[in-house]
Amino acid sequence: MAERLKVHVDPDKCQGHARCKALAPELFELDEYGNAHEAGDGTVPPGLEDKAWLAKSNCPEIAIDVIEE
Amino acid sequence: MSDVSQPVAHPPVTDWVNDFDHTDPQWTDDPFPIWEELRAASPIVHTERFLGCYMPTTYEAVRAIANDTEHFSSRRIIVRDVRPEVARNAAPPITSDPPVHKPAKQLLLPPFTPDAMKKLEPRMRAICNELIDGFIADGKVDAAARYSKYIPVRAIAHMLGIPESDSDLFINWIHMILELGIRDETKLMQAVQEMSEYFRGHIEARRSKPTDDLISYLMNAKDKEGQPLEESHVLGSLRLLLIAGIDTTWSAIGSSLWHLARTPVDRARLIAEPGLMPTAVEELLRAYSPVTMAREVVKDTTVSGCPVKAGNMVLLSFPAANRDPKMFPDADKVVIDRRENRHAAFGLGIHRCVGSNLARMEMQVALEEWLKRIPDFALDPAGTVTWSQGTVRGPRQLPFLLGKAM
Repeated sequence: MAERLKVHVDPDKCQGHARCKALAPELFELDEYGNAHEAGDGTVPPGLEDKAWLAKSNCPEIAIDVIEE
Repeated sequence: MSDVSQPVAHPPVTDWVNDFDHTDPQWTDDPFPIWEELRAASPIVHTERFLGCYMPTTYEAVRAIANDTEHFSSRRIIVRDVRPEVARNAAPPITSDPPVHKPAKQLLLPPFTPDAMKKLEPRMRAICNELIDGFIADGKVDAAARYSKYIPVRAIAHMLGIPESDSDLFINWIHMILELGIRDETKLMQAVQEMSEYFRGHIEARRSKPTDDLISYLMNAKDKEGQPLEESHVLGSLRLLLIAGIDTTWSAIGSSLWHLARTPVDRARLIAEPGLMPTAVEELLRAYSPVTMAREVVKDTTVSGCPVKAGNMVLLSFPAANRDPKMFPDADKVVIDRRENRHAAFGLGIHRCVGSNLARMEMQVALEEWLKRIPDFALDPAGTVTWSQGTVRGPRQLPFLLGKAM
């Protein structure tokens, strides 16, 4: 059974570096200030798991969680 | 009484761990072995120079200080020989602490989002190609003086709505503030005053004839209470945008070209795999981060187990943090396809660089357009590469030979 992933951005930690949006544009959105939040409820569509981990490991503020469900 | 400040002597450093000096020629030429030595000694080192100054040497200590606005104030953000009185609205939000910081920062963020930068990209590509047209036939060029220098200055002039042809004026002010101003308060004050006068003229012109640019944007901006910003705030932020946007990215583009001139294998790979450019830009930002900031210790505390005393400055070296091998495997190697890269080139915490998306776009465009037209180039053995001193590090003379006939 394949694991399902969800991404979550902690809004108190995000400072708008926007690395996640550059690396995984399908999984994150930016607000008018350039701060990030997860797209929809954060569910990672099949095939995009690698991008989720990449976004997490390039966030300078350690603001991104990848949750395995 | 206002004393005319006397220049402070900077004897050559012989004991880096206890007497570091980021304006020493040895640091300017090659800071990397010095940072390694300091890091091996302690996560926090101290010098009596600059009226007392600490430097965190690890990524962890840099992050801790950047995130601690209670003990570390941004009211002074450059380590200097002098501590001129702190002006209100010096350059908000970079010189602001909470709670004043957030609203001032939020004002500046919308014009600098990645989407806003995409609209600017065609103009940037045109500027790069105009610059290349000016020297490509010569077969050689000082790429710092004739290419990397003019890309950011024209970009920010374009955004502010001031003439791109005033570029040399802006570059001179910045040299006076960020380099000469470390040791000479008079130069610093003169440049700040001239800049303010310059912007006052542009503000005045827009009162009768509003424009679609950042100056009009700030003139029309409202604070939390719905009131227009004080003129001193508008001027402070304009000075910040001009200062922060120019020699920083000039340095980053220059260092990147310096690396590519000396590393044909990376050049060849970026030409063969253009999709790798954004990842490579991040790695070049990590390895050659141009910007070192500062904080002032306002309350005694402890960082990474080391006591830190109020009244001292802190040299907040994001470039040194980015070379910490505990955080980055092969920290001293440039790995243009590095997958994990939490570099701190644009700072960490609430003072993350407002212009980071602009700088990234400029670097990417500047390197892409250069490599399209000049795939082969190398350092000119007849010339000398020189580096800027102090707060922003990058090549100021970058003599290249262009083309295959090198």
